[in-house]
Amino acid sequence: MSLPLSSFTHLENFGHSLHSPSYRIQIKNAENIYETFRLARKHGLTVTARGTGLSYNDASLNGGGIVLDMTGMNQILEWDPASGLVRCESGVTLEQLWQRVEPDGWWPPVVSGTMKTTLGGCLSANIHGKNNFKMGPIGEHVVEFTAALPTGALVTCTPKKNADLFYAMISGLGMLGVFVTVTLKMKRIHSGLIEVDAWHVKNLKHQLDSLLEHAPDHDYIVGWLDTTAKGKSLGRGQIHASRNLKEGEDPNARHTMQIENQHLPDRLFGVMPKSLLHYFMNPFLNNLGVWSINTAKYITALRDHTFRQSHAEFHFLLDYVPDWERSFGRGGLIQYQSFLPKQTAESAWREMLELSHRRGTPSYLGVTKRHRPDKFLLTHGVDGFSLAMDFKVTDGNRAKLRELLQEFDQIVLNAGGRFYFAKNSETSAESARRFLGDETIAKFKKLKKRCDPNGLLESDLYRRIFK
Amino acid sequence: MLKWIHPFLEDNVPDIYPAADSPRPAPATPLNPRRRGLIIGASDGLGAELARRLAREGYSLALIARRKDKLESLCSEINAKGQTALPYVHDVSNYDEVPNLLPRIVADLGGLDVAVFMAGVNYPPGGMDKYNFENDRRMIEINLIGAMAWLHPIAEMFQSAGAGQIVGIGSVAGDRGRVGNPGYNTSKAALATYLEALRNRLTRHGVNVLTVKPGFLKTEMLKAAQGATPFAIEPSKAAEDILKAMKRRKQQIYTASIWRWIMLAIQHTPSFIFRRLSF
Repeated sequence: MSLPLSSFTHLENFGHSLHSPSYRIQIKNAENIYETFRLARKHGLTVTARGTGLSYNDASLNGGGIVLDMTGMNQILEWDPASGLVRCESGVTLEQLWQRVEPDGWWPPVVSGTMKTTLGGCLSANIHGKNNFKMGPIGEHVVEFTAALPTGALVTCTPKKNADLFYAMISGLGMLGVFVTVTLKMKRIHSGLIEVDAWHVKNLKHQLDSLLEHAPDHDYIVGWLDTTAKGKSLGRGQIHASRNLKEGEDPNARHTMQIENQHLPDRLFGVMPKSLLHYFMNPFLNNLGVWSINTAKYITALRDHTFRQSHAEFHFLLDYVPDWERSFGRGGLIQYQSFLPKQTAESAWREMLELSHRRGTPSYLGVTKRHRPDKFLLTHGVDGFSLAMDFKVTDGNRAKLRELLQEFDQIVLNAGGRFYFAKNSETSAESARRFLGDETIAKFKKLKKRCDPNGLLESDLYRRIFK
Repeated sequence: MLKWIHPFLEDNVPDIYPAADSPRPAPATPLNPRRRGLIIGASDGLGAELARRLAREGYSLALIARRKDKLESLCSEINAKGQTALPYVHDVSNYDEVPNLLPRIVADLGGLDVAVFMAGVNYPPGGMDKYNFENDRRMIEINLIGAMAWLHPIAEMFQSAGAGQIVGIGSVAGDRGRVGNPGYNTSKAALATYLEALRNRLTRHGVNVLTVKPGFLKTEMLKAAQGATPFAIEPSKAAEDILKAMKRRKQQIYTASIWRWIMLAIQHTPSFIFRRLSF
């Protein structure tokens, strides 16, 4: 097998703000992974696995190296509706998964804001959902996985067997091995609907207090934060908290759990295809336009109410408007997400929001969640909250944004915060060292040496953080 | 504990894996984007000037040249300014090295956006009645076949990626066969045709191919030229012109631009006159 030059591809991150040319090799089975490892060694190249490429940063990019396209390894191998255990190849997406299990009365225990992510990617980043405070990250629901190591080994890990690798490969950014199969335990549901309480919050304190106070009596909780509001209204927004229906609450459960009742509407007002919507959003994506959208959204949010919607509608907001990220224009978008302990979150985020306003580079979208710590090696979990802020990147604002985010990093780190490796694109090696700690990094590097003695697995993210 | 299903480490895989300690430019991020450029033939003259200019534009560069000392001093000059240039010593006529060296360079740069083929030699035969096959063969080997050895695989990669820019340095000397230097004329004419063919293949894939035709440049090559050298310009001026043309994604430029009109006239000079001229 020689290096196919015709596999050279310009790959991007989710936000289209990074362009990374690399050799994309299609993977159909584990044997292909080993063949590609050999090819890489022969040419002195590095390798990283990529699913659907939806991380906001460089986690699935490997400029000038080989990228394993895992989307062809997408078979659901076994599904047992009695026990809720499902064994999948690592390129299976959450979309395939929920569509397979929901009609039998199950739902993935943890999902991302888009259903297009692959399980391999979900495990590598150890994703969380709006239920992180209750269910932890996805890794806590993995029963077993197998992974191909660059040494040529196929390793099987469970929380008991090869436990050190289990807790490091999940969250390990694909840098210890490539996931081949994943066995997950699904969560029982008794309806295809979910009951959502929506209420508005007047400021940041109110927002965070709401998350803290109302998380325990709900299954999911998420806040929208108006990043453009200032002064007394700073941090205002709306909370959506929901709970799964109990047995008997939905008389038509069998019906509502059918996937045809879960689809996201593909037309706006039943008329305009939503795939066109991002073109119309583009003119609003500037400081003034975003201020008016956020303000209008807040005004409509003033009506507190409770309603029922399908699981897919509640969970997969990012899929609601196809290609919405394209509306951010040529420079694309980035997301800055910080995880802060509940004691320091309010003051740190107040400082950050005010700073972004003073600099004239406000975030365009803010989302808050409630979290708890977990046992995985490169964890981003805290007993507190996260705030995700989207920023539009333009040729004119890069330098300003870079400076702003560097200051954000200092504020977050001084407040005892953490970062999430599927999101932030500008975290420096030094910042990562500060929140992970030398001991964790040494442990990770030791495992890396064991699993990948020749340093075959590398991504742009790995080089940014660990080299 | 671990089950070995492939005896990787026992393989006879050539271990060319010093990648860990080879220098690498800082990774590109959305707020610190980097374009990546390769200049083949960069040790002095126009190549060196273009390297300085592209580095200043924010390109991470890989520079290829035969002469190690010159190449390394150019790279350290660029790196000292906080820009990035990686040196690769290579003789363009060693075609067999390309299949290994190119992926290595692309890996070190973290990708490739622009490739400039600049390598060229000029051995004037020293008179209208002199012939030197060895010299002429060398010119074809470097100026033309060297370009094909490098630009074939790069074209294939750019075509597949649907992006990229190729820049080839032809010459006004390629626009007409003249009495003074048939070998050089031929090498540059053939290179221009080759670049045109690449352009016709690649434009539909979003790749730009720029042919640069310099007139006289105040470089070492100028000293070898016979006779008058009108409109000679500094290589830094030519580098500026090339950069501008790259940004505008032009197909062909003359530098200095006056050569466009001169060559138009020369190209249209009828043969019954042209063959009587002694230039």
